[in-house]
Amino acid sequence: MPNLEHPAYPAAALLHLESLVPCRESQVSMLLSIFGERQQFSFPSIFIYGHTSSGKTYVMQTLLNTLQLPHVFVNCVECFTSRLLLEEILIQLQSCSSETEPTSPVPCDTFNDFVRLFKQALVSRELQDQTLYIVLDRAEQLREMEANILPAFLRLQELTDSNVTVVLLSEIVWELFRPNVGCFDPLTLYFPDYSIGHLQKILSQNHPPEYTADFYAAYINILLGVFYMVCRDLKELRHLAALNFSKYCEPVVRGEANERDTRKLWKNIEPHLKKAMQTVYLREISSSQWERLQHDGGEPGQLKGLSAHTHVELPYYSKFLLIAAYLASYNPVRTDKRLFLKHHGKMKKTNFMKKHEKTSNHLLGPKPFPLDRLLAILYSIVDKRVAPTANIFSQITSLVTLQLLSMVGQNDQLEGPRYKCTVSLDFIRAVARTVNFDIIKYLYDFL
Amino acid sequence: MSTCSVSKGCFVFKPSAKKRKLSQSTAHDFGIRNDDSEDTELRFVTCQSLWNQIKSETEKVQEDLNKQLLDNLMNFLSRFHSEFQEKTAEWTCRMKFREIPTAALVLGVNVTDHELTFKSVSDFLQNNITPYIALLEAKDCPGVKNLMQKLMGQLMNCYVDVDSLEDEDYVQVSQNRIRCSMSSLIKWYESVTKKTDSEAPSKKRTTSAHWQSPPVVVIFKDMESFTTKVLQDFIVICSQHIHELPLVLIFGIATSPMIIHRLLPHSVSSLLCIELFQSLSCKDHLSTIIDKLLLTAQFPFKLGEKVLQVLINIFLYHDFSVQNFIKGFQLCIVEHFYSQPLSVLCCQLVDLQKRVHSLSHDQCENIRRLPSFRRYVEEQESGKQVALLTTDNFLKEEIQKLLEDLHVYHENYVSILRCLHVFTSSLPKYPLGKQIRELHCACLENQVWETEEYESSLQLARMLNKSDLVTMLQQCMEILLSSSGKEFDKTVEKLKKFLTEFQNLEAEAFQEQDVSISSQKELQKKTDLYHLQKTLLELKESRRTKKLTKFEMLRFEVVDYIDSLVRKYLVPADRRTLHEILYFNTAAVLRGHLNAAPRTALHTALNNPHWYLKNQALKCDGGSISNKAPDICIVYKLHLECGRLINLVDWLEAFSTVVMAGEEPNADTASSDQMDDIIHARFIRAVSELELLGFIKPSKQKTDHVARLTWGGC
Repeated sequence: MPNLEHPAYPAAALLHLESLVPCRESQVSMLLSIFGERQQFSFPSIFIYGHTSSGKTYVMQTLLNTLQLPHVFVNCVECFTSRLLLEEILIQLQSCSSETEPTSPVPCDTFNDFVRLFKQALVSRELQDQTLYIVLDRAEQLREMEANILPAFLRLQELTDSNVTVVLLSEIVWELFRPNVGCFDPLTLYFPDYSIGHLQKILSQNHPPEYTADFYAAYINILLGVFYMVCRDLKELRHLAALNFSKYCEPVVRGEANERDTRKLWKNIEPHLKKAMQTVYLREISSSQWERLQHDGGEPGQLKGLSAHTHVELPYYSKFLLIAAYLASYNPVRTDKRLFLKHHGKMKKTNFMKKHEKTSNHLLGPKPFPLDRLLAILYSIVDKRVAPTANIFSQITSLVTLQLLSMVGQNDQLEGPRYKCTVSLDFIRAVARTVNFDIIKYLYDFL
Repeated sequence: MSTCSVSKGCFVFKPSAKKRKLSQSTAHDFGIRNDDSEDTELRFVTCQSLWNQIKSETEKVQEDLNKQLLDNLMNFLSRFHSEFQEKTAEWTCRMKFREIPTAALVLGVNVTDHELTFKSVSDFLQNNITPYIALLEAKDCPGVKNLMQKLMGQLMNCYVDVDSLEDEDYVQVSQNRIRCSMSSLIKWYESVTKKTDSEAPSKKRTTSAHWQSPPVVVIFKDMESFTTKVLQDFIVICSQHIHELPLVLIFGIATSPMIIHRLLPHSVSSLLCIELFQSLSCKDHLSTIIDKLLLTAQFPFKLGEKVLQVLINIFLYHDFSVQNFIKGFQLCIVEHFYSQPLSVLCCQLVDLQKRVHSLSHDQCENIRRLPSFRRYVEEQESGKQVALLTTDNFLKEEIQKLLEDLHVYHENYVSILRCLHVFTSSLPKYPLGKQIRELHCACLENQVWETEEYESSLQLARMLNKSDLVTMLQQCMEILLSSSGKEFDKTVEKLKKFLTEFQNLEAEAFQEQDVSISSQKELQKKTDLYHLQKTLLELKESRRTKKLTKFEMLRFEVVDYIDSLVRKYLVPADRRTLHEILYFNTAAVLRGHLNAAPRTALHTALNNPHWYLKNQALKCDGGSISNKAPDICIVYKLHLECGRLINLVDWLEAFSTVVMAGEEPNADTASSDQMDDIIHARFIRAVSELELLGFIKPSKQKTDHVARLTWGGC
């Protein structure tokens, strides 16, 4: 086990740090050796990547806080424009040495301004003699800002000519970041996923005060046995552990089993956890509903999940419009005559059935169709005569609003709009059934 | 003005509610069409007061319907709020991930009605829970930046509204300066809540109903239209700050809650604690509205069958919008009072006498002209006929009596209709419809007892079992007892008698059961096929000839009695004298107003200009093209004969032939050259007008050709 050692920092602080970052000791020691001593210049930019909840943010935060290194920590999702991002860094920098009253933020529109203001701030805060760390969490957002932001951050040390290191945290690899022309390549560092042993160790660390650590560790073991296949997200696992723990304790509380009776406890909790995996983990039902259910001792079957409510009630003609749109999206144009015309003339069945398309249209996805084709199909599938009233047209628009149809290309209304039908086959079959329309008979793929 | 549509078509904007201001000129407009202006003012006032009554009634209904939803929402919020307040150090709370409470409001596809629901939700929250509410629409939020701007703008403005005006300039100034970020929002929230807390005990405030550290509610009105990225980013940002800022999200969902999973990946949806709230289905809503507005004696104004059918059809076939239904109903009221001079008599019974007596001679003549009244007169003996047609005073007394009869008829009609509905709604396959509105339409349309459906439902009713029949009779009795009509004493007594007879039957029923059981036993004994067949035949024979049991006799009696009630009370309204005064039945007008057909109108205008221009010269027969018609009409007619691509040169040729048809053929060449230029110009103008209307567009496939956009391709 690599003990953290560094001559620049007190041993007590390092020991404390080590206890805070279980299973990440090697990464931390690596970082420490890159950082060097306080006054030493460090590498200009460091890029840390790894999967969701592999401890990137947490490790950086604890490291910088425990060793009391001057730093700025910014989440790039939150700062959705470059201006916000730069100003946020400056504001945090001002409050870094917290004695002074935070002055009102100066507008900072460009990176040039930022460099100037940044230098000023450094001087006024007397931070020149130690390395300042700027951590940009979820750095993948930087790619969507102006093109100069990312390269400039990578070379910030050079641009400001001061002791600063930029740390980028991201879930994706550096290769997806790299701008085209000569940019400074940061030092990349990979945080591997926690293994099941790591997870077990980390999760067991925080056991509830009423129960022993062993008891809780056994519970975590069972929990991981069920969930490790689908979920390695530490946050989520911890959440699930907290949600289901009361159920696990139930036999103990009732006095039916003691804490060592692992088999009995397992029998009690295992089906419960399986059910949790299908419901609360997928957010089909919310955690608070799940807790209440547990509390009342009800069956989870009573509560219908979000996906159970698939039925959408539509007005009569909207249903037919949707059906017509579906037919128009999934049938080739040349089959319309055959499908919807009563006297479609001589069209040899073999000729018609000869499938030019090798693959089914359902595999290819919906194709766009013009408005007139939609209406023509509508008129032929509705038994009654449908007048082309404003109501019909407005229903098409509202179907677009409901995202059941989507408009293809934002061209002018006058040029004949084109639509696509976005609903699934199951959905359209359910709709067709309510109006007694056998849609399968009209789909080219199923003929 | 803006719409939720991305298309650039034409939209109708209904004016906002401020037109309710009563002005003299509106009252004046009301009478323009009819010369007898003496009653117009009264009619206008009656119409106004009636509509106001109906409006308040519908609002009350909507409030009641929303109550359930709002209570659930309140519970939901309070649960999370107490959690937030406690900030317990308990182990589970520490370990659990703090999720953003999210209410998924499933509202149904009638998007036009949502506005009202959201208004009531936000009003409710504003009054009871929190002043901090932001309503967001997808069209305002193409990016996170715009969303945050909108959100902060709404939240900080509400702060101004709540607090005294002295702070206004401060907020105004900061509004421009403030950074659109979550941190400034949090700062704002802290300052506001701190202020409220410190001030609350000293100052009596209107916001005292609000909770301490009230949640900030963000309502996404149309969840479907938001882009995934905006939602995801916003939720991620919020979840970072949920500890400092008690946010609550409300998603307005029109289709199904599945959309949440479609829009949000698991990593984001796991930040939410989503609970589902279902609002009332719009069909139930409509039923309640019809029940409260039409099947009641409260309002003198009634809808005829055709009009009701039009309104219901628009609802069921097109939009599912209760708001539009009510608007249509309002249109009916206005149209009725506007077009029918006698509608002055469409008032409550109390006012009736006065109004009848102040009728002018012209109005009396109007009444004499009513078809239903003429039918009535013809049925009277000759002496009375003369009196009715000549003496106004006699007529007035007769009118009053008839109108009172009509009111009583309606009251009885409603009660008996409900009774009949009790029976028909439990029959298999619902021959007369499941909903009372269908039954209502059937009864209004013609004499319901003559229809086949009625016959079959009676057949089915004759096969009901006893317990069902008893409960139905009890329900009917309740309906009749609660109705205000006085004629039903006898009916109630009769029903009571039926019920007691059914109870008496119970004792006898036991014996019969014994008999049937014994015969069953006999059956079981026979194992031989031949014997079995024989006994079965015997049984069948005996059953055919068997006398009806007492229960069956009674059942027939009950059904016959109900039938007699139906025949007596459910006479269609248009058979009643003077029904024109209370019942609005001109469906064609309504259809013209509500079911606009732009394509048809355009086609008519271009194909048959006489229809709109009323110029005799334009009157054409069949498919021929008159050269007197406007150029665009000629061009339009010519283009109808073409395929998908139209050759401009041929088109021009045809156009000039048509135009020149009426001219003198032997004009000299110089002028004809000039003529050609003019024709050419006219043609170009007409073609570009067609292009503007969206019939053609320039084609890139072939030069000198334009492409047809309507039907030509198919």
